[in-house]
Amino acid sequence: MNDPVVAKRPAGSGDTGAERGVAAAPTASEAPIPPTPEAPVTTKAPHVRPGDRIFRGLATGSGVFIVVLIGAIGLFLILQAIPSLGLDNVNFLTSREWNTTDPTNLRFGILDLTLVTVVVALVALLIAMPIALGIALFLTQYAPRRLARPFAYVIDLLAAVPSIVFGLWGLFVLGPVLFPFSEWLIANLGWIPIFAKGNVNVQLGGTIFTAGIVVAVMILPIITAVSREVFERTPTMHVEGAIALGATKWEVVRTTVLPFGKAGYVSASMLGLGRALGETIAVAIILSTATSSFGWSLFDGGSTFASKIALAAPEFNDARSAGAYIAAGLVLFVLTFVVNAIARSIVAGHKEYE
Amino acid sequence: MAKRLDIKDLNLFYGKFHAVENVSLAVPPKNVTAFIGPSGCGKSTVLRSLNRMHEVAPGARVEGKVLLDGEDIYTSTVDPVEVRRTIGMVFQRPNPFPTMSIRDNVVAGLRLAGLKDKKKLDEVAERSLRGANLWNEVKDRLDKPGGGLSGGQQQRLCIARAIAVQPDVLLMDEPCSALDPISTLAIEDLITELKKEYTIVIVTHNMQQAARVSDQTAFFNLLGVGQPGQLIEVDDTEKIFSNPSQKATEDYISGRFG
Repeated sequence: MNDPVVAKRPAGSGDTGAERGVAAAPTASEAPIPPTPEAPVTTKAPHVRPGDRIFRGLATGSGVFIVVLIGAIGLFLILQAIPSLGLDNVNFLTSREWNTTDPTNLRFGILDLTLVTVVVALVALLIAMPIALGIALFLTQYAPRRLARPFAYVIDLLAAVPSIVFGLWGLFVLGPVLFPFSEWLIANLGWIPIFAKGNVNVQLGGTIFTAGIVVAVMILPIITAVSREVFERTPTMHVEGAIALGATKWEVVRTTVLPFGKAGYVSASMLGLGRALGETIAVAIILSTATSSFGWSLFDGGSTFASKIALAAPEFNDARSAGAYIAAGLVLFVLTFVVNAIARSIVAGHKEYE
Repeated sequence: MAKRLDIKDLNLFYGKFHAVENVSLAVPPKNVTAFIGPSGCGKSTVLRSLNRMHEVAPGARVEGKVLLDGEDIYTSTVDPVEVRRTIGMVFQRPNPFPTMSIRDNVVAGLRLAGLKDKKKLDEVAERSLRGANLWNEVKDRLDKPGGGLSGGQQQRLCIARAIAVQPDVLLMDEPCSALDPISTLAIEDLITELKKEYTIVIVTHNMQQAARVSDQTAFFNLLGVGQPGQLIEVDDTEKIFSNPSQKATEDYISGRFG
């Protein structure tokens, strides 16, 4: 009683399949469908509606706008900085001196600013990266669903705290708390240059160490949020593939989540680094003014580009002094650009994960 | 090596949803068992419960027994990770690890199990790739990423990965549904080969495929939307496709519905 049906539906399986010899039959039934006649070729121009033109215009305009804006900022910085750079009586790139109070005798160099800026940012990054990775993995892999959402929300709230609040917290709460620890490090590990006694009073806590920790807390939310988004998108098929091979939770993370999220994690960290380099008011509040130049210790004080500029506002009434700070701002601008370029090249090198 | 599976009164749930009801079924060793049935009838769910993958989904729950050579894989003393190491699985879409080379993909399971000996790993990689009929195609590019292979080759790579650990049972969840007819044929030939050494359970939507590769066929059906899927009948493939004892089976395989 199967027969009529089989006749009607050769692609279905009326065949018992017992005759394995006829391997050709199934292949034949799965043969490509004969090509349908092509639709007549039209030479008409593609349809363009007013909406297409408007949207295209808006999108292109936005793209051009941002490029022009960045170009204009760069140009502004260069134009304002050049006259003062000409008046500089010391080498701008290699001098540690910064004295712009007398506009007729400008002496300013960025070496210390660069070093302090980079060291504060690196300390922050070194602290924030592993913690952010841990939080992102916890939220996406380990936390019960009910806990993960509110927890993520709290982390995001951290990003909403104003920098000035972080600055005050660093100065009045964290600094004193760190003092015994800093003292212990100086006493016991002081022979390592980065833990040597610095050029500011460690008891006041206005050190690169304190600033780095505060900035780490400030960049934690952005690194965590971006990493979490990326880790959440690990393809289920790869996760299941690993589980089916007998991978434990950590092995699943190691074989699928981390390779998949690596590029995203690196770019998230670079976003954080960009923010750390430019962090202004918190650092300006925390860092004590140093009496001598930067000596590669975490317990040094000093200024970063941004904090130096922020604290110098009273000097801006003279264009020549202001130009010196604008030149410093230009260097920060370029530094951030370079960091972003490096981040992009790192990410581009990890494209193999589809 | 090849072991038998006995499924006893298996009930599967996703949260409150009763997905599969009262399945009892015996899978003999060195034999291919095919699961067929309309979409949503729970055949993949049953398959995933056989290596404890079902419980990976949030809220998923299992009642009943699955005996591997008489030992219940669902008793509380059994570690699901251990179960998955002895019952391999191949998925619907090929899923080699994209950042790993072809060789590393094949031996990924052994690495997880703690094998480090490079020479031994290379041996197993070659043996498994030969076993998956892929060796000749990839032997010159073992260090290239697995993602660079064609879909059919990737699926055979996944089979090589699954058999590298010499599992007791090999589960295949519609392994050919994302492949072209020629790759499908290659996989089907491979299944016939693998049957000599492994117990195989395969879910397929292609009834000709079930007819071609399996020795035993289980037909699953759904009484209605929202109802749990059920095992309608299981019998020798020849019998199911020529003279099934249930009307629903006959209707399905003859194409009257589904």
